[in-house]
Amino acid sequence: MATLVIAEHDNQELKPATLNTVEAAKALNSEINLLVAGKNCGNVANTASNIENVSKVYLADSEAYEHQLAENVSLLIHDLALQHDAVLAPATVNNKNTLPRVAAMLGVSQISDVISIETDGVFKRPIYAGNVIATVKTSDPKWIITVRTTAFDACAAVGGSAAIEEVDIVHDAKISSFMKEEVAVSDRPELTAAGIVISGGRGMQNGDNFKLLEGIADKLGAAMGASRAAVDAGFVPNDMQVGQTGKIVAPDLYIAVGISGAIQHLAGMKDSKVIVAINKDEDAPIFQVADYGLVADLFEALPEFESKI
Amino acid sequence: MKVLVAVKRVVDYNVKVRPRSDGSDVDINNVKMSINPFCEIAVEEAIRLKEAGVAEEVIAVSIGSVQVQEQIRTSLALGADRGIHIETQDSLEPLVIARLLNSIIDKEKPALVITGKQSIDGDNNQTGQMLAALAGMPQGTFASEITIDGDEISVVREVDGGLQTVKLSLPAVVTTDLRLNEPRYASLPNIMKAKKKPLDVFTPEELGIELSNHIHLIHVEPPPERQAGIKVEDVDELVDKLKNEVKVI
Ligand SMILES: Cc1cc2nc3c(=O)[nH]c(=O)nc-3n(C[C@H](O)[C@H](O)[C@H](O)COP(=O)(O)OP(=O)(O)OC[C@H]3O[C@@H](n4cnc5c(N)ncnc54)[C@H](O)[C@@H]3O)c2cc1C
Ligand SMILES: Nc1ncnc2c1ncn2[C@@H]1O[C@H](COP(=O)(O)O)[C@@H](O)[C@H]1O
Repeated sequence: MATLVIAEHDNQELKPATLNTVEAAKALNSEINLLVAGKNCGNVANTASNIENVSKVYLADSEAYEHQLAENVSLLIHDLALQHDAVLAPATVNNKNTLPRVAAMLGVSQISDVISIETDGVFKRPIYAGNVIATVKTSDPKWIITVRTTAFDACAAVGGSAAIEEVDIVHDAKISSFMKEEVAVSDRPELTAAGIVISGGRGMQNGDNFKLLEGIADKLGAAMGASRAAVDAGFVPNDMQVGQTGKIVAPDLYIAVGISGAIQHLAGMKDSKVIVAINKDEDAPIFQVADYGLVADLFEALPEFESKI
Repeated sequence: MKVLVAVKRVVDYNVKVRPRSDGSDVDINNVKMSINPFCEIAVEEAIRLKEAGVAEEVIAVSIGSVQVQEQIRTSLALGADRGIHIETQDSLEPLVIARLLNSIIDKEKPALVITGKQSIDGDNNQTGQMLAALAGMPQGTFASEITIDGDEISVVREVDGGLQTVKLSLPAVVTTDLRLNEPRYASLPNIMKAKKKPLDVFTPEELGIELSNHIHLIHVEPPPERQAGIKVEDVDELVDKLKNEVKVI
C-alpha cells in the first residue's frame, strides 16, 4: 500500500516542514501520497505536486477544512488512512492537534516526534525533554506518526510531477467553529525553518529591549525566538517560545541572549549546529552547550555585536 | 456542571533523568515525583471555574500505581472535591489512558474535561485529543484562555502562528498550555482537609478496559553529547569565530 503525508500550509503557501516529512516518509519504501486539506488551497496542491517522490496529491478543498479544525480534518484523514499503511505528519501544532484523534478513531497508537525511522516498525524518539532517546517498536497494523522535522533533511521541492486528485468528502462535525485568529506578521523567516535564530530570555528585562535583538536579526536574516520566561512575562508573543513545550529549532546558528539554559529550553535548540550564548553569569548552564560563550552584560554586548557584523 | 481533571504523576521537572546502565529504561529510583506541571494548570483552571460559580464539582482522576494517590491528594488539597484512582501497575500508552478516562466520562458525564497538553516524561501530547475522539467531543487544545457561555465554551489556543480562538459545544475536552493560569500552592489546612475528601479506586477490569500496549520500548540511550565549546574574550573574538572559523555569518 502507501504512505500518506499531511501537508503543512496556510491555504496559500506550502510550509517547508512538509518537505522534511516527505524525506522521512522515504524510509518506509512505499508510494508517498500527500494530503492538502484546506480552503482555496489549490495553489498549495500545485506546489506540492512538484515535490520529488510524491505520487499523488489529494486536494480536499472545503470551508470545513479552512481553519484546520481537528474535529473535521481528523474525519477526513481517518477516511484516507484506511487506504494507507502509514500516516506521517510534521509535528506542528496543527498535527499535534489532529493526528491523535485519527489514531484513536482507528484504534491504534500514535508515535510522536520521531527522529529516526528504522526497519520493521522501529522508531527513535526523544523523551524527558530530550534527555533520553527511546527506541520503540509498534505492533499496530497502521502507523500514525508525527515527525520532528529538524531531524530530517528537506527533500527536493521540485522534480516530481504528482497527479492531483480532488477529494470531495466533506466532513463537518458541527461541534466546533473557528472564531478568530491573531497571527503575528513578520518579514523575518519562520522560526522553525530559519538558518539563524536569535533568542532572548528573562535577561532582556522587557519587550522593548527585544529591539536590541531585532537589529541583529535584520542584519543576519535571522528569525527571533524566546525562552518561556520571556513569553510568560509578556515580553514577546507565545509563538516565539523555543523549547520542550514550544518550538523545536535546529538552525546553523542559534544565539541565546539572557537565557540561563534550563533543560526545557535546551530541548528545543540543542541540535543547532553552532550555539552562541551571551550571559553575564559565567556559571549559567547554557554555556555547557554553547560552542562560543561570551560572559558579558547583554546591554553592552548586543549593540557592539550589531555594529561589528 | 461537573469538571473532570486528569492528573499524571511524573518525574519532577527539575530532575535530569538518565538511562539505566543496561539501557532497558530510564532510571527513576529515588527520584522526586510530582504532578505533571500541565496537569497542575488543569486543576487550577477547574478550581477557578468552581470559585466563579460555573462548576459545581471538580473530580481529579489519575491512573497508575497506588503512589498516584499522592498526586490526587495534592489536587484535592488545591481544591478538587473528590478523586478517582484507576489502579494499575503497567505503564500505559496514551490510547489506553484515553480509554480508561473515557470509561470515567461514561460514569460521571462531566460537561468539561481538562487534561494537560503534554506529559513531561513521555512528551506524547496525545491523551486529551484521543479522549475527545473516543468520547465524541470537540477539543480545545493548548488553551491559554477559556470562557464558558451556556452550553458552549470558547478557547483561545496557542498555535504556531500566534493565537486562535475556537468555539466548542459542551461537553468538550480542553488541554492546558503554560499561559492558561498560574497554579496556587496548597495551604497546610487544605492539605489536612484533603485527607478526608472521598477517593474511589477502580481497577481497569472493573471499568471493562483491556490493557494492551501497542508500542514497545526496546531500549533507551542518552542523546549525543555536544562537544564542549569555548568562552570568547570579547565581541571581536566572537565575530571573528563566527565569520572565519565556523563561517555561519
Ligand atoms: C512544564 C514546563 C515546560 C517548560 N517549557 C519550556 C520551553 O518550552 N521553553 C523554555 O524556554 N522554557 C520552558 N520552561 C521553563 C524553564 O524551566 C525555565 O524556567 C526557562 O527556560 C527560563 O527562562 P530564562 O532562561 O529566560 O530565564 P532565567 O532562568 O531567569 O535566566 C535569565 C538569564 O539571563 C541572564 N541575565 C540577566 N541579566 C543579564 C544581562 N544584563 N546580561 C546578560 N545576561 C543576563 C541571567 O544570568 C540568567 O542566566 C518550562 C518549564 C516547565 C515547568
Ligand atoms: N496516567 C495518567 N493518569 C491521568 N491522566 C493522565 C495520565 N497520562 C496522561 N494523562 C493526561 O493526559 C495529558 C497528556 O499526556 P500525554 O498525552 O501523555 O502527553 C496529561 O497532562 C494528563 O492530563
